[in-house]
Amino acid sequence: MAEKRTYEVIFIIDPNAEDAEVMRLTEAVQKIITDQGGSITKTEMMGKRQLAYEINHRRDGVYVLLEVDGSGAEIAELERRMRVNDRILRYMTVRVDEDRRRAQKLKDRRARKAERRPAAGKAKARGDAEGASEAEAA
Amino acid sequence: MSTNFDERDSAYGFEREYERAGMPGRGPRRMQRRKICRFCIEKVDYIDFKDVKLLQSYTPERGKILPRRISGVCAIHQRMLAEAIKRARNIALLPYAAD
Repeated sequence: MAEKRTYEVIFIIDPNAEDAEVMRLTEAVQKIITDQGGSITKTEMMGKRQLAYEINHRRDGVYVLLEVDGSGAEIAELERRMRVNDRILRYMTVRVDEDRRRAQKLKDRRARKAERRPAAGKAKARGDAEGASEAEAA
Repeated sequence: MSTNFDERDSAYGFEREYERAGMPGRGPRRMQRRKICRFCIEKVDYIDFKDVKLLQSYTPERGKILPRRISGVCAIHQRMLAEAIKRARNIALLPYAAD
């Protein structure tokens, strides 16, 4: 568990909560993470938006997105706290470091391919030229 | 359904293409038009579950995931897309079932 992991934590706050309460909840969440030794790299208030389906008879909710660096321990604590908080309608944590590494790998592979391609293109052009001259000879 | 890509590439555009190409009196065989993965062309490495507009274009009215035999998305990207759609459903950005 010593390795550093990156998570995206997204949660939905009750739409009846006032702006001050939204701020208070968000700060509380951030505090839980920093207390547990994690660090927050990004906070995005996505604002109030309509839910695709009802959750606890609410049709909309306030979305907050956090990006967290840490070991995983703070996520466990955070999820435990969010589960019991009835102002938080829904939360989801996604581990993104592995996905990002994978994306980087795909990107690198494409870059390598692009490097090779001009050479391959030349070889093909030469092949075509030979083919053409052969055709002429015939 | 909101489509933010051009008509020709939309699911139903493909269907129409097939119908037009199908020659009468030659059985059920239909002309195939080569479908290409739009994510490969745009060099997409990661499909984000928060990109609701994009995901919606792959979940027609009922909210089901559009099969790749219709959309033409490659296997790698279809897997990413499915994952993203499922995440988006979990957090109520997309419906599990519409209507």
